Order: sequence, then structure tokens, then C-alpha cells
Amino acid sequence: MSAVADTIAAISTPIGEGGIGIVRLSGDRSFQVAKKIFKPRSKRDIDKFENRKLYLGNIVDPETHEVIDEVLIVFFKAPHTYTREDMVEINCHGGLMAQKKILDLTLRDEVRIADPGEFTKRAFLNGRIDLSQAEAVIDVIRAKTERALVMANRQLAGGLSDRVQDIRKNLLSIIVHIEANIDFPEEDIPEADLSHIKQEIEDTRVVLDRLIQNSGAGKIMRDGISTLILGNTNVGKSSLLNALLKEERAIVTDIPGTTRDVIEEYVDIKGIPIKIIDTAGIRRTKDKVESIGIRRAMDYLDEAQMILFTVDASRNMTDDDLYLIDKVKDKFTIVVLNKVDLPLKFEQKTIEELLPGKKIVKVSALKEEGIDELKQAIYDAVEQEIGFLDEHAIIAGERQRQVMQKAKESLDLAIESMANQMPVEVVELDIRQAWEKLGEITGDTVSDNIITAIFENFCIGK
Amino acid sequence: MTQYTAGTYDVIVVGAGHAGCEAALAAARLGLKTVAFTINLDSVALMACNPSIGGPGKGHLVREIDALGGQMAINLDKTFIQVRMLNTKKGPAVRALRAQADKIAYQYSMRYSLELQENLDLIQEEIVKILVKGQKVIGVVTKTGGVYYANAVILTTGVYLCGKIYVGDVSYNGGPNGLFPANELTNSLIDLGFEMGRFKTGTPPRIHKDSIDFSKMIEQPGDKEIIPFSYTTGKINREQVSCWLTYSNEETHKIIEENLYRAPLYSGQIKGAGPRYCPSIEVKVVNFKDKKSHQIFIEPEGINNSEMYIQGLSTSLPVDVQIQMTRSVKGLENAKIMRFGYAIEYDFVIPTQLKPTLEAKKIDGLYMAGQINGTSGYEEAAAQGLIAGINACMKIKEREPVVLQRSDAYIGVLIDDLVTKGVKEPYRILTSRAEYRLVLRQDNADMRLMEIGHNIGLISDDRYKKMICKKGMIEKEIERLGSVKLTPNSDTNEKLKKLNTSPINTPVTLEELLKRPEISYESLKELDETREELPSEIIEQVEIAVTYEGYIKRQINQINRHKKMENKRIPEDINYDDIHGLRIEAREKLKEVMPLSIGQASRISGVTPADITVLLIYLEAQKRKRTSG
Ligand SMILES: Nc1nc2c(ncn2[C@@H]2O[C@H](COP(=O)(O)OP(=O)(O)OP(=O)(O)O)[C@@H](O)[C@H]2O)c(=O)[nH]1
Ligand SMILES: [Mg+2]
Repeated sequence: MSAVADTIAAISTPIGEGGIGIVRLSGDRSFQVAKKIFKPRSKRDIDKFENRKLYLGNIVDPETHEVIDEVLIVFFKAPHTYTREDMVEINCHGGLMAQKKILDLTLRDEVRIADPGEFTKRAFLNGRIDLSQAEAVIDVIRAKTERALVMANRQLAGGLSDRVQDIRKNLLSIIVHIEANIDFPEEDIPEADLSHIKQEIEDTRVVLDRLIQNSGAGKIMRDGISTLILGNTNVGKSSLLNALLKEERAIVTDIPGTTRDVIEEYVDIKGIPIKIIDTAGIRRTKDKVESIGIRRAMDYLDEAQMILFTVDASRNMTDDDLYLIDKVKDKFTIVVLNKVDLPLKFEQKTIEELLPGKKIVKVSALKEEGIDELKQAIYDAVEQEIGFLDEHAIIAGERQRQVMQKAKESLDLAIESMANQMPVEVVELDIRQAWEKLGEITGDTVSDNIITAIFENFCIGK
Repeated sequence: MTQYTAGTYDVIVVGAGHAGCEAALAAARLGLKTVAFTINLDSVALMACNPSIGGPGKGHLVREIDALGGQMAINLDKTFIQVRMLNTKKGPAVRALRAQADKIAYQYSMRYSLELQENLDLIQEEIVKILVKGQKVIGVVTKTGGVYYANAVILTTGVYLCGKIYVGDVSYNGGPNGLFPANELTNSLIDLGFEMGRFKTGTPPRIHKDSIDFSKMIEQPGDKEIIPFSYTTGKINREQVSCWLTYSNEETHKIIEENLYRAPLYSGQIKGAGPRYCPSIEVKVVNFKDKKSHQIFIEPEGINNSEMYIQGLSTSLPVDVQIQMTRSVKGLENAKIMRFGYAIEYDFVIPTQLKPTLEAKKIDGLYMAGQINGTSGYEEAAAQGLIAGINACMKIKEREPVVLQRSDAYIGVLIDDLVTKGVKEPYRILTSRAEYRLVLRQDNADMRLMEIGHNIGLISDDRYKKMICKKGMIEKEIERLGSVKLTPNSDTNEKLKKLNTSPINTPVTLEELLKRPEISYESLKELDETREELPSEIIEQVEIAVTYEGYIKRQINQINRHKKMENKRIPEDINYDDIHGLRIEAREKLKEVMPLSIGQASRISGVTPADITVLLIYLEAQKRKRTSG
């Protein structure tokens, strides 16, 4: 018998190495959930799959019928498994984005993301791991917990914590008013106005929903890291895009000012989706259409998460180049020295001095040389700057997203209760649940706060 | 002082306040030879503060005490002079009874219950010392040298431990209402190694009824239909007495502000923390400057006297200021004060030194209950007293102790909070402290707890059977409602229309209809003509069960999920220093609280989920070592 009943899921191999990763499930519901999202390639009945055998098929989103990835799946029947519970392993090779999506799909029917080290914990508690290794098990769990904490905190740096804090503050003031009414009915505290509360909850729900859409790894995995190719006209920006995409996507000519609109394309660099934006080259111009394009390029400059600042090394630096150097020097920038197949008009040193500390990569977009180096530089830079490129990080971000999702569901329930004319303490139940849940992100779940806040906000003392 | 052997008992109860009375009665009723000591025989079950019992959380406790075989509800039903159900506009989970008691009548009815109780002696003596042999309690010594021996001692000393009274710049050692303090017992506890804290509480002035102009106040009558506290009490028809509402005003606040420098709370004399939910009027005026007036309730202390309690005007300002500020209140212009308000400071035992059974961790057989544990309130005290009394007996009889879970009862919430989190101010129960509020209702305390009370031996077979029968009737009726289907026809839909609810076009059960917010069991009668008449308490339960079914189920699922953790016991001899991988903070906190279960451990502040995992792995490793070795 397993000690814990609920089913857990996680991505369990580090990514990066060839894009192969495993999404693992453990617990009573593993089979049931896996069967919902896996469509076998052969016509075999999934219920007749043999234990511990690899089967080829697709992971398909049961709602949208979208095929996420081609995978190999293995069902492991309890008790002869790592955790001694039913387990499923989904071997996927579609890169990080696919793994994340598959993980998302498994989080249904009360399956939740595993706590750090939880597979190991279950293995031990269920007697799979030898007694002599108890201390080692504890160390693994401690290490994973700390790693997860670091990851979570790093992601929180993006202002998520503040915003969640604000939402919690709102919810708390509602809860406190209701609680004060309930516990001190004879004080002269005005009764909480349910229609007002309903409005507040609905507003909060919208804010929360937006946060979920834009949260951490989730957003990056969905939208990609927006990467702007910025440079003077004719330096080879569109050629660079084509080289990264390995296809002729953008029109390339030797006429300066060829690209007038904005082109957005995705490349997958070792599992990280990168959204590349090619824009009009920047130079002073009298052509109206072009200057609109330029203005738009400058707008993108503010929004982009990364800049590939492209310079033509086969000609002298212009005032326009210097103008752009000033714009990108405080941004997350990689410098691309293009056209290195031609004789160089200036040394790398010149750029180094103008943009100290920025990574510089020499490429020939035309000959497709240096493109792998550029990709590696992009990968390294993202890992360093944004830092959620391993399984811990993804899970940390995913966990936060799931917490917010659960909180949102609680608010939905509260709204539903109000619609059903449930009494205030029933409505409060779900508001409180949302508040408590979000505390997992900000790291405080002490419910004494409610009582403290009652006394701070209301004069109690009949 | 010459000592002499004065007697031998099974259980000694020190103090006969609300905790002591319940403890003594429970012990004696469970067949143990019991003695209760009181500092003054005329102050048994004294209501030193307000004359009311009940309210949200507190009323729940009274019902639970009753369901476990305690006395408070029964005697309150006999002696209350007004009763009201609060929160009637909210849902059933937070509805709560609150009564105005006739203080003297309540006190003497409780004293009489003790006097009549078999196996129980009631003696006026001050206890000055606890006798311990090794790590086990063996008895107590009285101020006059009497040595009493017993297997268990229950301390229920209220606010008497080193009690100190403050009125303006006057202060002296004393208990409440002019009674003696207990100055020596604290030292005995310190000698035994207990860590003590100091709290403060206060009371308002009491005024002669005839000096009040009630015409300037708002009357607060009792409920028309009286609902008793005890499940054993039948219908009550009683003339009720009103309370009265008036307000403080800017003049009152000005008088207070001008005299703040004379208030011991602000002059730095009082150091103990006071309760935030029961602040003195001076604290209210200072902390809520924007509020131009505060409510003041005038509550009768009883029927056969003229004393009126001025709820909301609790103060330790000097007497002359008390007179001035009282007379500034509308309707109190000519008030004659009979007793002045005062603040009292007292010692308590830091409650994390207790087990969830209320037995001290350090000393075998020594139990504590009530204000000595840092709580406030008659109901909180009585609840603890009952549990301490029960557990002292369980220990002597070598039976399993009774530890109520947070999901069983407010009593469980109360005691778990005390022994797990400790107290920073006098602790009062609140419904917001209970995570399973929908399940812990005042209307179902009997069904939640009587089985436990019966197993303990405090609930008679007869009472127990009655409860089981009630439960059966409820279940049967719910089942019936679920099985009776209405077919969609014009007759049915005509009736539904009359009930202002939407018509049906597929067959629908009565249960489903009852779930609609606009339909009550009563109104359903039209569509359910053949049904039998049921008692109102059955109907109430059926309605609640059906209307809130989904929510209650959810809460029960939550409880079940946590049960595993609550049931996972931590051995009492665990050595936290032995556990590899615990963070230092967690280790220290666990050592301090010594939780009995993983569930309790997880509620200690500073213990993280990862620490709990470590603890679980350690326990599993220990278990395997034991079974393999
Ligand atoms: N020799 C050489 N020529 C290149 C290289 N990259 C681009 N070119 C040439 O430079 C010219 C301009 O290339 P584009 O890619 O259109 O340049 P762009 O920066 O997109 O130009 P605009 O869109 O007009 O701003 C074309 O003739 C390309 O063939 C390179 O690495 N080496
Ligand atoms: Mg171009």
C-alpha cells in the first residue's frame, strides 16, 4: 500500500542534451491520465498494453486535438516500480516546450506537480529504497528543495511577487471584513456588501488570469523569448534571420531599406523557443513608409527581451551605428559582426570598446558561417540572464502557475456560491482558499494574519 | 508552618472557576475520588467579567461541552435571563447562541452541582505548593499546612496567580472582585521548571440600575423563541430581561484623552499583554481616533440585584475619571457606580509546555486548564477544564487519552492552538480560527461528539441512544427526499410557480428542489403532501445537509486528506538532535513543542514542508529498524 494517495507528475531529465526529456507520473491515477492524452501509433488497444514495454504514439491535447509531440510511453504497474506506485514515463524529444506542454496536460483529474524530491521520498516511504540510504534520501530532497526555492525566487524577481502580494492584500481585506462580521456580530461594523465583494472578486480574477497568462517560464515557453534583430540598413539583418531559420523567409536585396515591415519567426534553440523579429534597418531617411517601419523597430526595442545588434564589418562604422550603440548599451544584447567573409574595415576591439561586456559573435549570414556559435551564444546568454532552463526551473515556474490557477478556480467557486445565494461564510471559504493558496507563492500562509488584520481594521470591544 | 496529612484523593482540582468546576465534575462522575479547592466558597464559578456566555465560537464551545457530558450548558439554561441567536442572517455554520446569565444564580447553581456530586469534596483552601516525586505529581499543600495526596492534580487557577489590581495610580495585590490572589503557587510552578508569562485583562464599572435613564437608550430584547444551550433541556418559557445600547461621545473621549497620563496602561505600569478583542475604552479611543463614538451595552448582572454591567467601558483609569466619563454617556448622566473598573495582571503558564491532553510535559499527572494556560473567557476555560478532568481520569484508569482534532470540535482547535502555537495575548476562540467551520456547527455538536462522550463515560446510554435515533431520522428523511421524484406536469409546475421557482421539464427529486436557494423544507410541503411531520431539529439538519451538501462534502474530503497526517504519531521519546537534515530552526521549534503527530508538527510556525518530509523519512527509517532488528 502506498502511503500517499495523490498522483504526481514532473519533468525528470535535464534538458538541453538533444532535447530528450521524460515526463513522469506516479500514483493511482497515472494510467488513467496518460491514457487520456496518449494516442498509440499502432491500432492496439491501449488497455491491453503490456507492462514495462515501450509504445510509440503521439501526445494529443484532448481538448484541442492538437498533436504536441511524438513520444515513447511506458506503463509500469505497481509495486515493481521506483515509487512502488503505478508509474508512467513519457519519453519525448520535442524539446522543452513540448515537455512543458505534456506536463501541463498531465495536470488533470487532481494530478499535481511533484514537490521537489517527491519521487525519491515516495520511493523511500514505500520501501523501495534501502534503509541505509535514508540520510542520502534526505540530502537529495533537501538539495532539490533548496534548488527549487532558488529558482522560484529568481522567477519572482520579475515582479510577480509584488503583484501576487497585491492580490492577496485585496482578498485579505474582503476576508477580514467578512470574518469581523461573523465573529463580532454585535460590534457596529457595517455588514460586508456582497454585491461589492462580487465585483472585487471578479476584478481580482481578471488580474490573476492575466498574471497566469504572463507568468515566468509559461509565457516564455508559449511566446518565446522575443529577440530583436537591430541594425543599420543593409547590414544583413534579413539574411541573418534566414540563416537562423535555415530558410528564405525574408527578402534579401542589396538595396538598403528592403525590409519595411516587421517579420516575426520562431526558432527553437536547444528547446528554448526564440521569437526572432526582423525589422527595418535604422538610418535617417526621407521615405515616409520606411520611417514608419523604423519607428516601429524602435518600439520593438523597448519590448524585446534580447537584442541581436548587427553590424556590417565590411564597411566603416556610421553615425547611425553609433546612434544604435547608444540605444542598446543598457539592454540584454549580443553583437553580431556580419559579413566577415569580406575584408574587415574595423577590428572587433572597436566594438568591444564601444559596447563593453557584450558578447560578440562573428558570422557570415551569406555563407552561413558562425551561425551555430551564435545559437550557442544565445542559449548561454538566456540561461545566464533568465535562468530557467532546467527541469527545476521549469517546474518552479510551472508550480507557481498552477498555484495561481488553483487560486483562480477558487475565486470562480466563490462567484458561483454568490450566484447561488450561499451565505457569506460559505462564500468566504473559497476566497480564503485562494488567499491561502497564493501565500505559497509569496511564502506566507500564516492564517493568524486574518485575526491580526481584524483588530487592526476594526474597533472590536463589546 | 506545621504540615499534616489531610487526605488522599485520586484527583485534586486547584480552583473552582469555570475550568475547575468542569474538571472536578468530570473526574467525580467518572468514579474517581475528587477534591476541588477554592480560595473562596462564595465565588465558585464566579463570572468576574461580563454576565454573558456564548457568542460565535464560544456558543459552539458550550454546545460541545454539553455533548461531551459537561455542566455549563445545563446550568446556564437554568439561570439565563436573556438568550439570543446571533448571526441569523448568515449561514448555519456561524450561527451562535449567546445568553445573559443571572450571575449569582449561575454561580450558586454550579456550586450546588458540585455539592451534590458523588465522589466530590469542595473545600475552601488556598493551595501554595505542588508536591512532586521524581517527575510525577503526588499532591498539594494548603496555606494552612494541609497535605493532600493524589494521582493527578489539575490546576485551574484563573487570574489569581500573583494577581495585581490597577485603578489609576493605585495598585495592589489582589484577585478579581476583591478576592485574595494566590501569590505562592507561582513560585512552586517556577521551582518545578515552568516558564511563566504575564497577561492583563480588565473590567468596566457597574452601575445601580435605578440611576440609569433607559429612555435615552435602545432596547435589546431577547429572542421570542428561546433555544436552549443543552441538548437535554426541553422547551423553555421564561420572562426575559432586556439589555440596553447607548454610545460614548466626543465628550467621553475628551475626558479620557485628558486623563491618559493617569492611565496605568499608558504610564507604563502595566506590562502584561491585554486582549485585542476586549480593549479598554482608553485603548479604543487612542487606537481608533477617527471613531467619534463607541457602543456601550448596559447588561443586567441578575434579577435579584440592581447591578448593571457597562459592557464596552472597561477601564483602569482613576476612579474620579471613571465617574466623569461614565456620566458623559447618554442615559448615564446620573449614574451611581457601585463597583469601579480595574485592570488585573496575572501569571500564566506558557501553554506550549503542555501536551494536547493538557498534561504538563515535564510533570506526570499535572494538568492545567483555563486562564492559567493563557486563555480568556468562561467557555474556553470550561472546555479545557472538562478535557483536563477527563484526561486525568483516563491516565489513572490507564485508558487512551482524549485528544479532539481540529476537525472534531472547536475544543480541538482551541487546545491545538494553545499547545502548538502558544499565546501572545489572552486567547479567545473565534470561528475564524477553525478551518472546518462548515462541519463544526453549533447545531450538530451532539452528532459530532456524543459518541466520544459516551465512550468516555460521561454521556448516559439513554442520551446516546436518543442522539443515534435523531441521526437515523435525519438520514432516513434525506434518503426519502432523494427517492421521491416529481414528474413534470402542469400541476407540479403550477405549484412551483407559486413558490417563485422555475418549472421542471424532466423528473426531479425533492432533494434537488430543496437545493434551490428559494425553496425551504417548509415550502416544499405543497409538493410533498404525504410526508410525516418531523421535529424541527430534524428538519433543520435535513435542510442544512441538503443545501450545503457540496460544500460539506468538500470539507470532509479535506479532513480525510489531513487525517493521515494527524494520525501519524510521533513517539514521545523522539530525539530531534538525532535527525539528520532538519534545519536548526525547525529542530528547536520541534523540541519546544514536542508535537504528538505529524499533523501537529506541520502547524508549528518555522517548520517547513521539507522539514516534515525529513521527519517522515526519519520515522519510517526508525520503524524499519525496529521491525528488522
Ligand atoms: N558578403 C556578404 N554579404 C552579405 C552577408 N549578409 C548579407 N549580405 C548581403 O547584404 C545585402 C543586404 O542584405 P539584407 O539581409 O537584405 O540586409 P538588411 O539588413 O535586411 O537590409 P534592410 O532590410 O534593407 O535594412 C544583400 O545583398 C546580402 O546578400 C554576408 O554575411 N556576407
Ligand atoms: Mg531586411
